Amino acid sequence: MNNLAQESIFFGMAISLLGYEIGLIIKRKFKMAIFNPLLIAVVIVILFLAVFHVDYETYNSSAKYLSYLLTPSTVCLAVPLYQQLHLLRKNAKAVILGITSGVIISLTSVLLLSKLFGLNHQQYVTMLPKSITTAIGMGVSEEMGGIVTITVASIIITGILGNMMAELICKIFRITEPVAKGIAIGTSAHAVGTAKAIEMGEIEGAMSGLAIAVAGLLTVIMASFYANLM
Amino acid sequence: MKYLRQFFIIMLISLLGEALKWLIPLPIPASIYGLVLMLLALCTGVITVDKVEEASTFLIEIMPVMFIPASVGLLDSWGALKDIILPIGAIIVITTIVVMGLTGKITQGIIRMEKRKKNE
Repeated sequence: MNNLAQESIFFGMAISLLGYEIGLIIKRKFKMAIFNPLLIAVVIVILFLAVFHVDYETYNSSAKYLSYLLTPSTVCLAVPLYQQLHLLRKNAKAVILGITSGVIISLTSVLLLSKLFGLNHQQYVTMLPKSITTAIGMGVSEEMGGIVTITVASIIITGILGNMMAELICKIFRITEPVAKGIAIGTSAHAVGTAKAIEMGEIEGAMSGLAIAVAGLLTVIMASFYANLM
Repeated sequence: MKYLRQFFIIMLISLLGEALKWLIPLPIPASIYGLVLMLLALCTGVITVDKVEEASTFLIEIMPVMFIPASVGLLDSWGALKDIILPIGAIIVITTIVVMGLTGKITQGIIRMEKRKKNE
């Protein structure tokens, strides 16, 4: 199986899309947040690779074409944002203050919890950019001397968790304004969370996309200050 | 040909984003520069929405599957992760809930305050 997978340039993408299709079917049947199509797809692919002894590198050599589309897709997030620009103008103050306080809460909570759990400096700076989009987070972690692979892992787990829990958290905290939902999801769970925000509605999706960019940039600015605190 | 041209515009802006990343030495990815460029192009009317709408709707819709390869990559970082999985797991769960909840609450609070101000 590994040989076939190595030869094939479609294996990785096909198995990923198959996993996602199965995820969609299971989600439609059970309608529970835990049955998240992305999570199911990841689990199915990991199981498949383990059972048929295909290593990650082999899988990724053909699955990487999916990741390749991430940059143009992020660029496209500007389109719904543009279409909701009137909402952004109307709520500019709430949006800017909301994202800024979200970034401060994120960095501060990582600081406090790192102290509580007795992490060392390197582990602490590794976790600092966990809420922002992978590409920026990797750069921030590297700059501060963090362990980049763990940063990437934390960012992705954060995203999947945010994607799964977004609806529940909005319900518990009684967040009903679509603009506030989008800002909350994008600030805390970057692009993976935004995928859920887009499902929730056009306004949620557009605001979440905006929050990815703004939260990412603010984290770049504030992280070096926070890095000196522990 | 419509879709091809739409895809071309999106790729061109992605390329310009890469060029900016190459020129500016900050840890900001090409995609964020591209997002800002696309927004500027739409706001200034250089590009109208109908020139990119269908292709961008399609790309945004299929975005979740683009995270599958990187997520499966968690498999490879398991070795580095397993010794500190408990504190890191706790940090991830707690901060994600707290940040999402509070950010939403604060944003919603300000929106409602502004609305009330306007109504007075």
